[in-house]
Amino acid sequence: MSREILADVTAEHVLPGSGMVAPRNFEVRPKTGTDGAALDSDLLEVSMGPHHPSTHGVFRMDVVLDGEIVVKLKPVFGYLHRNHEKIAEGTSYLASMPYTDRLDYFCSLTNNWAYALAVEKLAGLTVPDRAEYIRVITAELTRLQNHTCLVGFLLMDMGALGTPLMYAFREREKILDLFESLTGARMMCNYMRFGGCRVDLPPGWIEGAQQIADEYPRFLDEFENLLTGNEILLARTQGVGKLSAELAVNASITGPMLRASGVDYDLRKVDKYGFYGRFDFRIPLGDHGDVYDRYMIRILEMRESLKILQQALKSIPAGPIIDPKAKLRGFRPKVGEAYGRIEGPKGELGFYLISDGSPNPYRYRVRPPSLINLTVLEDMCLGHSVSDVVIILGSVDIVLGEVDR
Amino acid sequence: MDDSLDQIFVTLKHTVVGLCPECIQPLVSILLSIVPLVAVFPLIFALTTVVERKGLGRIQNRLGPNRVGPFGFLQFAADGIKSLIKEDIVPRAADKLVHFLAPISLVVPVLLLYSVLPYGRNMVPIDLDAGVLFFFALGASTELSLFMAGWSSRNKYSLLGAMRSIAQMVSYEMPLVLSSLSVVMIVGSLSLPKIVEAQMGHTAGITHWFVFTPWGLAGFLLFLVASLAEANRSPFDLPEAESEIIAGYFVEYSGFKFALFFLGEYLGLFAMAGLGITLFLGGWTAPLACLDFVPSWAWFFLKLFAMIALFIWIRGTVPRLRADQLMGLAWKFMLPMALINLLVAGLWHFMRVAEWPFGVRWVVCGFILIVPYAVFSWVFAAKVGKRTYRYAN
Repeated sequence: MSREILADVTAEHVLPGSGMVAPRNFEVRPKTGTDGAALDSDLLEVSMGPHHPSTHGVFRMDVVLDGEIVVKLKPVFGYLHRNHEKIAEGTSYLASMPYTDRLDYFCSLTNNWAYALAVEKLAGLTVPDRAEYIRVITAELTRLQNHTCLVGFLLMDMGALGTPLMYAFREREKILDLFESLTGARMMCNYMRFGGCRVDLPPGWIEGAQQIADEYPRFLDEFENLLTGNEILLARTQGVGKLSAELAVNASITGPMLRASGVDYDLRKVDKYGFYGRFDFRIPLGDHGDVYDRYMIRILEMRESLKILQQALKSIPAGPIIDPKAKLRGFRPKVGEAYGRIEGPKGELGFYLISDGSPNPYRYRVRPPSLINLTVLEDMCLGHSVSDVVIILGSVDIVLGEVDR
Repeated sequence: MDDSLDQIFVTLKHTVVGLCPECIQPLVSILLSIVPLVAVFPLIFALTTVVERKGLGRIQNRLGPNRVGPFGFLQFAADGIKSLIKEDIVPRAADKLVHFLAPISLVVPVLLLYSVLPYGRNMVPIDLDAGVLFFFALGASTELSLFMAGWSSRNKYSLLGAMRSIAQMVSYEMPLVLSSLSVVMIVGSLSLPKIVEAQMGHTAGITHWFVFTPWGLAGFLLFLVASLAEANRSPFDLPEAESEIIAGYFVEYSGFKFALFFLGEYLGLFAMAGLGITLFLGGWTAPLACLDFVPSWAWFFLKLFAMIALFIWIRGTVPRLRADQLMGLAWKFMLPMALINLLVAGLWHFMRVAEWPFGVRWVVCGFILIVPYAVFSWVFAAKVGKRTYRYAN
């Protein structure tokens, strides 16, 4: 791209050489020296990814740089597309359950729950109390380990060489051990069933979960002591990647990202699905919507999750774990449609199902929070440097299994 | 005092040189100075890679390498052999000559840095009158090789890395040199052995290391930070920021060329630590009078290992700065502090001439340094801070 072309480019123009349209709030001006003569400066188009250590999987950002400042960013995804929705339309309802594990492979239990919730709405199944409690407990444990790891990954993007990540993984292992003893798998749990859960809690499980709920605050304090007051972390994250509440709502951002922008919207409070209406917990809100707020909101959410865990583990009732009406074989919900949504660790995770009365869903659609939260990436990154792009992406919290499906 | 152990290497060299016929004695003498340097410091580098990985492993709650040799300490041999037999890939579009020369032009000046450092009593390869100047001149020339690597690879990440490294290293050269200048000013010599001599001797059992004076302490801290930045170590490892620009300027290097970059970087770090030890930590002198029986070269290497351990610790602990913050630190904080430190060093000298007591000098000079430090820190800290969060009803 030559200087002559750049000199005439304004907004709405195609960036020369890149074939991309310049973003609306971006105007390319020719750089001039002190004597007013144009400097010989070019824009640099860098393709960050799909092979890049910090794109959290096979994800690509086409970044146009002026020096190190981002003037345009185009997220490119689809490298991990595996036809999840179409496959689900060709198999029975239950057979899709293990596939949902692979959406956001960090949080298989919440994926299971969202899907089960949609099918239960479709088939009119009720969930026994004990199963609802188990779902709340496993979902909050999932949220804990997801947020812990996210903070670790964020710090790794910030260049902390994996030390916080290793601490995060140490704690995550304990939670995964619990999942393993309950479901037989550490990550691909495949645990929820329509109208309840697959198996009852093994002996000693409640005590194990209670121990985690008791010990986790100490770990969080240690983690925060190491990170939250660190001057480099503060300088790197505050004021970086700001997302206004207005844009967040317009772009239908959900989850901790939305709450970091100061919008009070948490499906656990809005829908009160499961038994969330019975528990006492608060929703932390940020005011700035920058990376630091997104980091802190997650830390604070973990503390609230621990509160929920403490309450749920103390009051879990005995009883059946699955609706006796639920049929595992020959399951054919009546004709109709349903949308089940939960507050996943990354945001609103929804499953939209249309039944035509056959054993397969007629239409199966996932609302992936990772993908939708990613759509504002460019708006957050413009004007920041490459170093910031990496941590802004890290603070969005994406899992490519869910983005691409 | 028995000097036999202290001077063992010097005696050994003289003996060996004396055994040779006279016509080759100068050559043997030169070789006997060069060969130990070229052997010892790469060996320290090799061991440091293992120790660093193990140390980081401990910091990160994992084991680190423990398979090759006793406790994994032969890992460096495995790594070296691996990088030797790996295919050396050169990008098709690369400028092949410059691409080839870049790692060499990094390692050669870095090895030359060692020629002026005093490793012990009478153990300095070349006693240059302008040793400090020589050191900085060669240290600055390594920037060129990073730029050569970044530019010749014809890779956008390399280019970004080269851009960052030039900006960073040129900026940090400034506080690095200025903080060393205070020592040069006080000693009145650019010769490194003379600087060590100036720090010899004890008062009430405590040494005269410059780090125990206010300007020396400030200078040492400035020097430490600037040398971390010069050596591209965390938290200033922007030129090779793995999570941002993958590996920066050496992203297109593989095999032994990559290993050479690695070697050059670590040797540069050790040399910089050696200079810091010489300037501020008394070089090869003992910290306490009662510890004088330990050989002088042992003190130098003990201090070197302590510095390396410190670098490893820092690397495992802190996140990375952003480029503009890095520049801000260099130009808005370290440069003014280094200039003020020069003034304080001069003041210290005149107060010593006027025979002010040590404690009073300390308080006055410390105060002059603390005030700008507090002001600069306050200006920096005003922009960021912890926040409080509200909760929805």
